[in-house]
Amino acid sequence: MDFSIITSNIDVYLEGMKNTLILVSISLVIGLLLAVPLAVLRVVGNSFVQIPIRIFVYFFRGTPLLVQMFLVYYGLGQFDFIRESFVWPLFKEAYFCALLTFSLNTCAYTVEILRGSMVATPHGEVEAATAAGMSKFLMLRRIILPSAFRRALPAYSNEIIFMLHGSALASVITIVDITGAARIINSRYYSPYEAFITAALFYMAITFTLVFLIRQLEKKWHAHLQPENQSVVKIEAPHENITG
Amino acid sequence: MKKSIVVFALCMFLAASGSAIAKDWKKVRVGVEGAYPPFSYVQPDGELAGFDIDIARALVAAMGADVTLVAQDWDGMIPALMAKKYDAIIASMSITDERKKKVSFSKKYYRTPAKFIAKKGSVSDFSKGTMKGKTIGVQRATIHDQYLTDVYGKDVNIKRYGSLDEAYLDLIVGRVDMLLADSVALLDGFLKKDDGKDYEFVGPDLNDRKWFGDGLGIAIRKQDKDLEELFNKAIETIRANGVYKAIQDKYFDFDVYGD
Repeated sequence: MDFSIITSNIDVYLEGMKNTLILVSISLVIGLLLAVPLAVLRVVGNSFVQIPIRIFVYFFRGTPLLVQMFLVYYGLGQFDFIRESFVWPLFKEAYFCALLTFSLNTCAYTVEILRGSMVATPHGEVEAATAAGMSKFLMLRRIILPSAFRRALPAYSNEIIFMLHGSALASVITIVDITGAARIINSRYYSPYEAFITAALFYMAITFTLVFLIRQLEKKWHAHLQPENQSVVKIEAPHENITG
Repeated sequence: MKKSIVVFALCMFLAASGSAIAKDWKKVRVGVEGAYPPFSYVQPDGELAGFDIDIARALVAAMGADVTLVAQDWDGMIPALMAKKYDAIIASMSITDERKKKVSFSKKYYRTPAKFIAKKGSVSDFSKGTMKGKTIGVQRATIHDQYLTDVYGKDVNIKRYGSLDEAYLDLIVGRVDMLLADSVALLDGFLKKDDGKDYEFVGPDLNDRKWFGDGLGIAIRKQDKDLEELFNKAIETIRANGVYKAIQDKYFDFDVYGD
């Protein structure tokens, strides 16, 4: 056990952490921004709109992230018409390939999460909105989506953490993320235990921070589900607390 | 049912630990790479082949033992040896001081210089100045990786690959400007092939002892001194009886043993 190789190479890991954080956060933002309209269309659209979205979701949920990344990174480079087209400067960069694959992958999962929670909107809420004379768009914006986001949060927080862990695959297409850093240190000193336990600690620290932040958000978004005075409820009717 | 599984597992365990204790080296498991042509590659029918593979079979045969070949990704090669997944590594591994801290080595069984390759005509003047800003591909955890990191680390952008095959793909599509690897591996694995016809060697032969070591040897766990001796003797045997030359002539038209 020799952790001096880690402390003297901590800059490699910090660089790796920077890359992991950038990759994951940009992918999640792009994925979510794409997923919201796609999920809405998936629920309210006609079958001409639905079928392509279903195929997209089916493909990205039905294949491993690693296979998708190899297809984008090594696969597309095989075709001359792509190598000669204007998009090649982008696909030439490993970073862009990883971002594209991660964004589309997380988007597909997020579409399903949002679709599920939109379909589960309580019927009474929709009825009340219709009775109040809301247009379809207004109802979507004011009632269905906010309520769906709240319900989707626990499942989406899982997706965030899966995406963080899935990003370890970026290291196979030459990107130095946290895992890539660990592989460099392992290969330089042949110390797999020290190299990868350090990577594990970095991932755990990030996951812990994410879980904490999501919990804060859940407290805020689910405030209406919390009993107003917890101490009183705990004593008098603990069984009513199950949804909190 | 459950009991029989437990008994079976116990037998397997005893058999495995029994052979580890015996150490009479009637069976030698050799770790090989399988993605490093022409030294080690997988044929279309799935069989391993190459210079390293033939040498491994010849050396173990010369000891009068049976060989089992175990294919292993390059960057896990030494950890898997330490974890006793096999008893020796015959995978074109250079004998370096850094590796000697973890494992011991036989005498060399061949030695060839390292070289850069690039697209024909793209590198005319080879000096540190012109290398600046270039993207150079290299196989992770190799002496070439170490050399690039130490000598050019600050000036160039290094891309590290799990195997040379992946690096060739990125050289062809232009994601890297140059590759650094063993000259023979580059020549037979790439330059002589159709994909490699537009590429050429650039720069001098690199064989500085500090990075490129004392040639390529067979790695063995430090405690298996007897096996190291057996391999050294076997190398002498096949050098003397012509088996080495026959294998060499099968793959190369020059002397790979070096001086």
